[in-house]
Amino acid sequence: MTEVAAAVAAAGVESRARIVAALIRVTGDWQLAEDCAQEALAAALERWPAGGVPDNPGGWLATVARNRALDALRRANVERRKLAEVAVLASGAEPAPASDDRLRLIFTCCHPALSPEARVALTLRTVAGVPTADLARAFLVTEATMTRRLTRAKTKIAQAGIPYRVPSGPALAERLPGVLAVLYLLFTRGYDADGEPAFATEAIRLSRLLTELMPDQPEARAQLALFLLQHSRRDARRDADGNLLTLDRQDRARWDHAAIAEARSLLPPAAGPYAVQAHIAACHAAGTTDWARIAALYDRLLSLVPSPVVRLNRAVAHGYAHGPAAGLALLAEARAAGGLENYPLTVAAEADLTARAGDRERAVTLYEQAAAAAPSEPERRALLARAEELA
Amino acid sequence: MKYLMFVCTDTEPETDESRIPDVERWVTENDAAGRRLAGNQLTPPSSATTVRVRGGELLLTDGPFAETKEVIVGFDILECADLDEAIEVARAHPMAWVGRLELRPFAGA
Repeated sequence: MTEVAAAVAAAGVESRARIVAALIRVTGDWQLAEDCAQEALAAALERWPAGGVPDNPGGWLATVARNRALDALRRANVERRKLAEVAVLASGAEPAPASDDRLRLIFTCCHPALSPEARVALTLRTVAGVPTADLARAFLVTEATMTRRLTRAKTKIAQAGIPYRVPSGPALAERLPGVLAVLYLLFTRGYDADGEPAFATEAIRLSRLLTELMPDQPEARAQLALFLLQHSRRDARRDADGNLLTLDRQDRARWDHAAIAEARSLLPPAAGPYAVQAHIAACHAAGTTDWARIAALYDRLLSLVPSPVVRLNRAVAHGYAHGPAAGLALLAEARAAGGLENYPLTVAAEADLTARAGDRERAVTLYEQAAAAAPSEPERRALLARAEELA
Repeated sequence: MKYLMFVCTDTEPETDESRIPDVERWVTENDAAGRRLAGNQLTPPSSATTVRVRGGELLLTDGPFAETKEVIVGFDILECADLDEAIEVARAHPMAWVGRLELRPFAGA
């Protein structure tokens, strides 16, 4: 990439969401806003090589995008009042404190009246600027299908009257978890063994933005801490052959210790679900793992989020804190509570607890069974390796 | 914006009756606030008549156009600033608790 292309890309990452968000607010036209931001970036690629990178690249892009929007609206003969609103949009100078525009954009993309798939796709496309073709590839649909999904979502926003607004008061407490859920989905989509790694980075970027825009929301901050902690292990979780390594086998020197330190500085008290999970992740990132504390944190998490997967993880944590028998007893309880029948990690957890309880033969059978049901090739290989070690 | 709110039954109602809001109060409040323009209960679907004209010929059928377990039992026309306000109005209606409501914006209103 040339120096100018890199400058354009950097300015795009920095300013695109701001520009799109402000243009949507005044024009109400999502497609127009995205097109104008895109055209501004194209214009930068064309003009910056000769004219040089401007002092305020973001302001330059905002001005060009605004002018394109004005042209388009004039061509469409839009009423004068709207034209005047667009004309006063941040004009080249330091972008106005339009940070709430980006927040409006995020909350609108994550509105619960949209389907969950649409929320994720729209957030990635509109806020993060991920190209539609990349989205289609990541979500295993054709580009035409993804385009339709995005168009349908934008049409619904316009026709159903979904407001371009950050909810306030009790509505905010009700809606924020939905926004965090979209970011979480995005992150796991990027962090899964066979995921799209760029999405994890994107989720962290968006989470950082949300934390910056809503500094008084501990759950937003906790989610960022959680992402940073999990992501800090990205380089250590595979061996030289690409096989997945469990935490206890990872080379801790390869963890991103700056990210871990940042996450620790963000940690709020372990009150909400993301905060409790972030505290658990922080325990795993410590020099020695305090399993008793992790087990206690899972007890709390289960009272906040009574889900099958939390019950399973709690059983594993208790197995390390209070012995494999305690873990197997809680695992039986988790199974009885239901919802784990088709969850591939259940058998893997049982295999681990059984091996530590001393029944190697049964553990091998269970590992092989877990490998057969593993959702990805790296996970399958990791489980088979455990079986071989024990055999 | 104007929304037509279909009031529909549901097979899985909220069972805690102490929490279910009062419909008279809902009507009074929303009429007073100018958010409810019209609305009424409907007689059961067994009293419905479905009307079609095909090839110029009038075809009448006894019953609703779709036979489903859930049936439309009423409607309200709401005037709200946006979907969020309409959702707030709908969630306070007793049938959101024991049935289901569908909010459909008017086209071009």
